[in-house]
Amino acid sequence: MDIYEPLQQVSMWGDSFKVEGGLNSIASPMLLVNTTTSMENKSEYIPHEPSEPSEVNQETTNKDVSKVLRRLAQNREAARKSRLRKKAYVQQLETSRLKLMQLELEIGRARKQGMCTDNALDTTFMGSPETINPVGIVAFEIEYGNWVDENHRRNEELRNVFQANASEVQLGQVVQNVLNHYTDLFRLKAEAAKADVLYLISGVWKPSVERLFLWIGGARPSQLLNLIVPQLDPLTEQQLASIKKLHLSSQQAEDALSQGLEKLQQSLVQDMAVDPFSATNHGFQMAIAIRKFEALESFVSQADHLRRETLIYMSRILSTHQAARGLIALGEYFHRLRTLGSRWTSRPCDSVISPRITP
Amino acid sequence: MEKVMRLASEKGVVIFTKSSCCLCYAVNILFQELGIRPMVHEIDQDPEGRDMEKALLRLGCTAPVPAVFIGGKLMGSTNEIMSLHLSGSLTQLLKPYQSRS
Repeated sequence: MDIYEPLQQVSMWGDSFKVEGGLNSIASPMLLVNTTTSMENKSEYIPHEPSEPSEVNQETTNKDVSKVLRRLAQNREAARKSRLRKKAYVQQLETSRLKLMQLELEIGRARKQGMCTDNALDTTFMGSPETINPVGIVAFEIEYGNWVDENHRRNEELRNVFQANASEVQLGQVVQNVLNHYTDLFRLKAEAAKADVLYLISGVWKPSVERLFLWIGGARPSQLLNLIVPQLDPLTEQQLASIKKLHLSSQQAEDALSQGLEKLQQSLVQDMAVDPFSATNHGFQMAIAIRKFEALESFVSQADHLRRETLIYMSRILSTHQAARGLIALGEYFHRLRTLGSRWTSRPCDSVISPRITP
Repeated sequence: MEKVMRLASEKGVVIFTKSSCCLCYAVNILFQELGIRPMVHEIDQDPEGRDMEKALLRLGCTAPVPAVFIGGKLMGSTNEIMSLHLSGSLTQLLKPYQSRS
């Protein structure tokens, strides 16, 4: 009966390996012996009914054998499940390890950039004494996270006040509260742009799905209108006309800024595309290029200005009720994008760790 | 200052820019999209450029370039022009100067 006790501990995958080993080393030879004898017994035994007293002993042995066989099968199944669980656990560990390595690389990079001006060689290439500010970026990431949480909270408040059929004055205050909060975001971004405009304009601080729609460090103002307007019927003829004009104006402004940015990019390319055999001092060209990165700051500032003004002018065209509805829809949209992004990031990923067996 | 005011009145829509300024280029593109051919003065190519820059700031322009004048009056820099455009006022102001092409 001793051989059955270890089987009860099979649920712990850590222990089951010891148990499995134990079974393999201890139990099997014994069972093998039992099965062979039982098989011999069976071949004689099966056609007959187990009523004769002389065959009672053989019957109990058969019962024992089938019990043992069943337990063996259960154990095999449990061990298999344990192995799968262990595999999943190891995969998780590997993914976390990769993430950790990536994070360490990024921190190292940020530190190096912060130490750049200490390197005498690099100062010849730098036109301005300002350094990339890794602390500024870290601060921004934390503040942005806080902003997102607060934005969600203010949108929930707006939704509650809206659904509670509050007075127009009250609703108007909460609408203004949400609009002011978007202004806070643009202020945050301006600080981050001063610290590292390339970081800001790349949108790495945004959830991955939002980055698909990135235009100069954020969402397109005309896209904001596209999100809000369909939620808003009925609109008066005058409102429709005003919204159409606003939409056109923001598109024209976006086009102009996009073309200006393209021109900046082209001139950067020209600065950096030097003749490899020429003897010019590349440091000078790099100093000019660095100044152009600073010009990027003004483009981001203009883009954020457009975003802010679009929201404000839109809210002026609409009634308080409509503006509330529009802002709720906007907040909900970005919240869903964020959720979509998390689902994407946490999707089961078996391509990184286990080698694919190609057919 | 006189030079700036003189140049600003030479045409309906006048923009003071710098040749390296891509934001100035963007503002120019916007005007062209609206059917305007502004007169562009690159102050970094002008021998009196420094003084002109100071004059523009003294007139109250938020940034020396681009500085936009409509009908001889200073409208402002990029920020102001973008706001005017979104509010619909810019198109109104530009009506007398739009080319009929």
